[in-house]
Parts: sequence; structure tokens; C-alpha cells
Amino acid sequence: MDNAILPRNRAADPRMLEKKADWIRLETIRLVEIAKSGHYSSVFSCAEMFAALYYHTLRLKPADPRWPDRDRFLLGKGHAAIGQYPILAELGYFPEDWLDTYTRLGSPLGDHPDMNKVPGCDFSSGSIGHNLSVGVGMALAARLQQRDFLTWVMIGDGELAEGQVWEAAMAAGHYGLSNLIGIVDANGMGLDGNTEDVMNIEPIAAKFESFGWSTNEIDGHDMQAVLAAFDRAQQSDRPHMIVARTKKGKGVGFMETTPYWHLGFLGPADKAVAVAEIQERLDA
Amino acid sequence: MTIAELEKPLDPASWNIQTSMPKLTALTMSAELEELAERRPELVVLTADLASSNGLDSFQRRFPDRFINTGIAEQNMMSIAAGLAASGHIAYVSTFASFASLLCAEQVRTDLAYTRQKVRILSHHAGISMGFYGTSHHAVEDIAITRAMGHMTVVSACDGNAIRGLIRSTIDIDGPVYIRIGRGAEKPVYDDVPDFTHGRFRTLRDGRDATIIATGIGVKAALDAADILADTAPRLSVRVLDAAYIKPIDADAIRAAARETGAILTVEEHNPHGGLGGAVAEILAEGGIAVRFARHALPDEYALVAPPTHLYRHYGLTGDGIATALRTLIGR
Repeated sequence: MDNAILPRNRAADPRMLEKKADWIRLETIRLVEIAKSGHYSSVFSCAEMFAALYYHTLRLKPADPRWPDRDRFLLGKGHAAIGQYPILAELGYFPEDWLDTYTRLGSPLGDHPDMNKVPGCDFSSGSIGHNLSVGVGMALAARLQQRDFLTWVMIGDGELAEGQVWEAAMAAGHYGLSNLIGIVDANGMGLDGNTEDVMNIEPIAAKFESFGWSTNEIDGHDMQAVLAAFDRAQQSDRPHMIVARTKKGKGVGFMETTPYWHLGFLGPADKAVAVAEIQERLDA
Repeated sequence: MTIAELEKPLDPASWNIQTSMPKLTALTMSAELEELAERRPELVVLTADLASSNGLDSFQRRFPDRFINTGIAEQNMMSIAAGLAASGHIAYVSTFASFASLLCAEQVRTDLAYTRQKVRILSHHAGISMGFYGTSHHAVEDIAITRAMGHMTVVSACDGNAIRGLIRSTIDIDGPVYIRIGRGAEKPVYDDVPDFTHGRFRTLRDGRDATIIATGIGVKAALDAADILADTAPRLSVRVLDAAYIKPIDADAIRAAARETGAILTVEEHNPHGGLGGAVAEILAEGGIAVRFARHALPDEYALVAPPTHLYRHYGLTGDGIATALRTLIGR
């Protein structure tokens, strides 16, 4: 197997990354078809950032998933793993036919990622609110071991209602972990509706700044803005939080307007509409 | 005068956390971890604002870079330890047993056990050893909780030497280890650091008429009970086993005790459900072994408030209490 290291911040055409994001959406639709249930819109909101991280930003070595100097990526919103699996397969972490077993009996690929079953998954998740703490531990480990890997943690805005997130935020600020980068996929919606109605968490950036983080706020679907923010985050002298304003269900018109696609299944007719909309962009 | 001298209480009757620590001779975690850290560079220690209660401030002074105090944020501490372990460290986390097992149950299960991290939970002040601090600070469910977690090893120390022996014998176990520890005032059972074997009880005294399988503070009390029973009529010869390993449990020793002594009394500072007694009963029942058997544990309720030694007398976790329970069990 190719033992190559994919370097950090490698050259990537933004238009190619946008197409990767739409490919992630198509793959998500394909895998939900196997499970007959899945988190479409939670992936759609962070698809551009998944594409930028894996095809541009992160330092990786797919042939050696536990390589100690790799950059870490933790998916606090583990229910979006369905969008991560096709990327990991394409990068060579595991055979692409594993995807066809998604959620079936004994598959390594479940709704939430398992670090001991999924090569390329740096830590298991599923219970919302834990992974920023795990990331603090990894950033501390890098410091102790004098390694220069970066730890990225993507969390949801609904996840910010969990108290442990703020314990982790406080610790990261206290320890001055400039090697820790957070991303809030602020899609504004949880299972029961708008985050601001269910449990208001704004102002997100100001909260993290008060905990000792640097922050910036971007449109999480604007690839140029995403790339600029990822670059800036790596220059910070303290933990950095990117607050990415996103749209849940982004990229499929009828999903962008309702929270209920957080979990669901597309019957053949609706699936055809969704796929056609995405494919049209890919063909453009 | 040094600052330390200035800070000493003037009245000999006075005490504070710092001056009381040397009395807690059974809190040996720091000494053991300091020795291990010399040759194990991957070893790190975490606590949640309790370094001066569990003695790990000594480790902190010696290895400041490898000591992490998370403040009063135990759940955060568990998940941080998971991140450290997933990056190649062996992480020792330390807090009161009530917080380690109850407050952090989900982080321990999901971030440590499920993912099989090399995190060792030094769970001190277990049972009712916090006495009049009350139920929030008691941990009488922790064996049941941790025993039910896959990939988890559960051990229980009866004195300071046992703490050292159990830390030593579990350092390379793949997956998390729950190390149940008392308050540091336990009377010694072992003269030296014992050499524990994975999944084995230790036979402290052999006997023919009955077996006491005890854990934690119950071990010393069981030895006292065996003395009482040997000295008072009708005299009984009692085997005493230290259940230092609770998971995996020593099924061979349990079966041998049943076969060779005909009666088993388990002793633990724990709720009667799901603890050591439950674990022993499972082995007996599944083996189809008919034997006189009783669990000598705390009642299924929340303990009264009192100094710990008063509570142990009240609940019969003493030589006398155990001797009475054993005579009741075997009818003589």
C-alpha cells in the first residue's frame, strides 16, 4: 500500500473541493438508502468543511491510520459520520466495499463512528458533548510528547447545550492550547427545531472568547471563507474556534426549509429530486 | 521561619488538610506512581482539585509537567484522560469514588471502556469511608456499575501495600482499570507489597469450616473475625480470601472454597446488589454448587451520618459483626 503522507494545507482547487462536498452529499444519500434511516441534513451542513479538511487541511497518512504525527479530527457530532466514511474509503483507509455494509449486522460502520473499527477515525463519538474534552487530552499529549500535530474537533451548535463542552473550553483556555482547533457547525437546528428556540446558545463566538479562545465567524458553505478560516486557525497563539454559520440540509432545496430532515429516509421520488439537484451542480 | 512552618497550626489539637496527610499512611498512590513514572515516560496523572486530599500533590511536585489538574470537572477529566490515552499515554485519573463511578459513569463507559483506553481510575474514599460527609460522598454502587462495563477490569485494595501492588500489576492491562481505594486510614493487611496475579484472589488464611471472601476494608475485618472465631467456642477454622480482583473474578477459588469449606460469606462495603457478593453468587449458581452462602454488605438504603469507624461498627463491618454473621450462616 502507498505509504505516502498527505501534507498539511496541500494545494487544492476550491472548485474541486466544492464538488467533493456535493459528492459527500450524494454518498450520504446512497448510504442512507442501505440503512433506511440517516442524518442527511447534519452532513449537508458540514459537507464543505469535511471536503476542505480531508482534501486540503489535515496532515494524514491513510496507510498508517495511527501514525503518531497525523493531525487528529474528532467528530463530536458523531451522527454525521455517514459523511465521513466515504471520504475515508476514498482516501484508502479501508476498502470502498465496506460502505456497502453500512449499519448491517457486524459492519464496522455504524451511525456513530467507532475508533477501533473504522481506520481513520481518531476517536469514537455519539454521546454529544464529550469530544472537545477528548481533543483537549490529545492537544495536551502533543505538548507532552513535543509533537506538532494539530487536533481539530467539530461540534454542533446544539451540542453547545452540553455542560461538558464548557468544561473543555475552560481547560483549553487555561492550558493555552494553540494546537487545538474547534469548529462549530452552527446550522441553527437541533432535532426539535431552531436552536435559538429550544435552548439559545448565542453569542457563540463571544462565549468562547471569554473562555480564552480566539474565534472567527464564517459562512460554512463559502469554500474560500472556509479555507481562509482553516488557515487562520492554525496561526493562533491560543485555542481557536471557528463558528461556521451553515444551513441544515444545505444543497437540497426541500431539506433546507425544515428541521425534520435531521433524521429521515427519502423514498424513490424524493431521492430522485434530491440527487438531480446535486448532480446538476456537479455537472455544471 | 519557612512559609511551611508559618502555615502550621499553633495548637497541637488543630489540623488542616496539609497537616493531616501524613496520618493517612495507606494513601500510597503517589509514592507508587512516582516510582513507576521514573521508568514509564508515558505515565501521566490527573486529578480534579483533590491533589491535597489524595496525596498526589507529591507527584505534582516531582513531575509537574506530567500532572494535570482539571479543577472540579470530573467528567472533563475522564474524557481528557481518554484523549491522552488515545495518544499513547497511560493516564491515572483520581477522584472520590462517588464522582468517579456515578458522576462520570457515562464518560467512563463510553470514552474509556468502549474505546478500550489505558486509563486507570484511582477511585478513593470508596464505600462509606467519607462518613458524615453523607450520601453525596459515599460510593456503595461503584462495583456494580463498573463490573457491568465491557473491557473494564475492577480491582479493590484493602490497604496501602495492596494499592501499590494493584497499581503495579495492572499497569499494562489493555483497557481501563477501576481501582477501588479507601480513605487512607486502613490498618495494614500486607507487610510488603503483594504480588497480585491477574484475576486471582489471595489466600490470607486457610480454614476448614467456612470461607470469608472479603474486599477493601472487609479484608482486615475478616481476619479479625477469623481470630475471634478461632478463639471462642465453638471454635471455627475460617479461610480468608482477599478479593483484590473482582473482575475478572477468581472462579476457581470460589469453587474450591465451596467444595472444601462448605460455607461462603462475602464481605464488602457496598450495596448488597451487584457487588462482590453478587459476583460470587453468579459463579456458585452457574456452577450448580449448593453451599451455605450469605452476603455481608451494607443494607439497600443510604447510610446514616457518623464518623466512618462508628458506621463500620453500626453496620457490622468489623471483626465482631462478621463473626456474628458467619455463625448465623453456618448455625454454630
